[in-house]
Amino acid sequence: MATVESAVPIRAQTRSERLVRLVSRGPLHIALIGIALIWLVPTVGLALTSFRKPPAIASSGWWHSLTQWDWTLHNYDSVITATGMGHAWVNSVIITVPATLLPLTLGALAAFGFAWVPFPFRDTLFLLIVALMIVPIQTSLVPLLKFFANNGHLNNHYYGIWLAHTAFGLPLAVFLLRNFFVTLPKDLIEAARIDGASNLAIFRRIVVPLSVPALASFAIFQFLWVWNDLLMALIFVSDPSKQPMTVRIPYLLSTYGQEYNLLAAAAFLLMALPLAVFFALQRYFVQGLLAGSVKS
Amino acid sequence: MLFVLPALVVLAIFLIYPAYYTTRLAFYEGDFHFGFFHYLGVDNFKQLLTNDPDFLDLSKFPPGGALVNNLRWVIFYISISLIIGLGLAVLAVRVRYERAVKTAIFVPMAISATAVGIIWLLVYNTDSNIGVLNAVWHGALGQHSVSWLGNPGIVNYALIFAYIWASVGFVMVVLSAAIKGIPAEIMEAARVDGAGEWNIFRRIMLPMLSLPLSVVTIWLFINVIKVFDIIYVMTGGGPGTSSRVIAFTMYEETFHNGRPGYGAAVAVIMLVLIAPVMVLNVRRFRTEKVVA
Repeated sequence: MATVESAVPIRAQTRSERLVRLVSRGPLHIALIGIALIWLVPTVGLALTSFRKPPAIASSGWWHSLTQWDWTLHNYDSVITATGMGHAWVNSVIITVPATLLPLTLGALAAFGFAWVPFPFRDTLFLLIVALMIVPIQTSLVPLLKFFANNGHLNNHYYGIWLAHTAFGLPLAVFLLRNFFVTLPKDLIEAARIDGASNLAIFRRIVVPLSVPALASFAIFQFLWVWNDLLMALIFVSDPSKQPMTVRIPYLLSTYGQEYNLLAAAAFLLMALPLAVFFALQRYFVQGLLAGSVKS
Repeated sequence: MLFVLPALVVLAIFLIYPAYYTTRLAFYEGDFHFGFFHYLGVDNFKQLLTNDPDFLDLSKFPPGGALVNNLRWVIFYISISLIIGLGLAVLAVRVRYERAVKTAIFVPMAISATAVGIIWLLVYNTDSNIGVLNAVWHGALGQHSVSWLGNPGIVNYALIFAYIWASVGFVMVVLSAAIKGIPAEIMEAARVDGAGEWNIFRRIMLPMLSLPLSVVTIWLFINVIKVFDIIYVMTGGGPGTSSRVIAFTMYEETFHNGRPGYGAAVAVIMLVLIAPVMVLNVRRFRTEKVVA
């Protein structure tokens, strides 16, 4: 980042030099700050709207609330209790946690197999998994729904959505983790083998502890994917009382159309957890998304 | 082998067999239980491509239908995301508040398409006392308020922009990381030789960014073929059918219109559109990689 500046011999700048520099770089600053502001406005608008009283929302734009302070938490109260969004938020958590841990576990085991345990057709199978990474969900919706319905109505419980997300998260998990595992020092694993450690012990005691960053990146990517997913939950969670927020909010939209106080509060509740994760674990978060780029 | 077995079983049951099932179903009418009812051969595909104006309508100008809308998405979503993302990546490294700018642009990546939909419904609201876009358009520029989502000629572009807003952060972060990987000496040497900034960008940066650019373009392409959530939330494919895309048609035909065979044919078309990327991925992995 500092390469451009540091190449110039460092010396004290006079005041006028600094002023000239600032003016000549004016368009750059205006463009960058302008775009950043444009990008922030929609989210800020939603956030402010969620704290305004309904009559205020109907009579004046949210930008007026910057000057007329009249906040309320009432929207959150009604959206959480009266419209059942609190319940839907809990459903989102119930769906997301196993749907993140299952593919993480199965994926890590398989990735270890692909990286360190030789078996026939290993490379061919791995290439198959690379290909499966971007299979569109649409080719699985109907047969899986039929499968769930015929096998104990898994779609009336959370099992269906857990399994579906596990299957769709697995190829990426295997791909990412395998590519990370192969970079672990070979000597370490060979030495453990000579000492008589089983593959499972090597996996648990050596591979997993050394791979925390990769595991965390995938976990965050998958968490985000499942939490934000609408389509799969729409199809595979048939019981309305078990549906996550992403599915319930469009219902809220069709019932309360223009009641932006409720819609904004609901949308903000949906965003809150991913945003908190984003600001707390920014590095893993970005890495996870970069890693997931092969999947979309 | 025991390590990979659970994963392979899950993939076989939940991904591979279903893809086969759906492909087969595309040649049937299908019934209420998604069974293979009434073999039709390629009729579903013929109907989709020649006799379904909601899917492909070449009889008017500009052409319409979900496939054409998706082509609009491919062209505008990909190109504009690349231009804005690349521009930001190149410019942001030159200022001290780089991190702040990048955070502001990247935040929407964390937001669910459902929430993005609500956010932009608010922005696009026709009432200039609610929607910030019409507040500027009507209030500040004195034009008539526009129904951005209610006008068939505008709605697709309004949706595309909302989705660009949500995706540009990713493009910027990938390209920005790549730019920082370019050795500073190369740029310095060019500068010493008197190359202008524009020439450095065109003749040094762009060629060195070709790999990350292709990765990002593929990512945007897969995104665009699968786009569904934001349309479901914001317009439901409307007004009328004017903002439908391929994935939306698949959902609509299968789960609302009770035509699983027809919907399966749409899903197969999606698979065919994505297949080249699959081949590309496998080939790239095979050549550049290990496979130890």
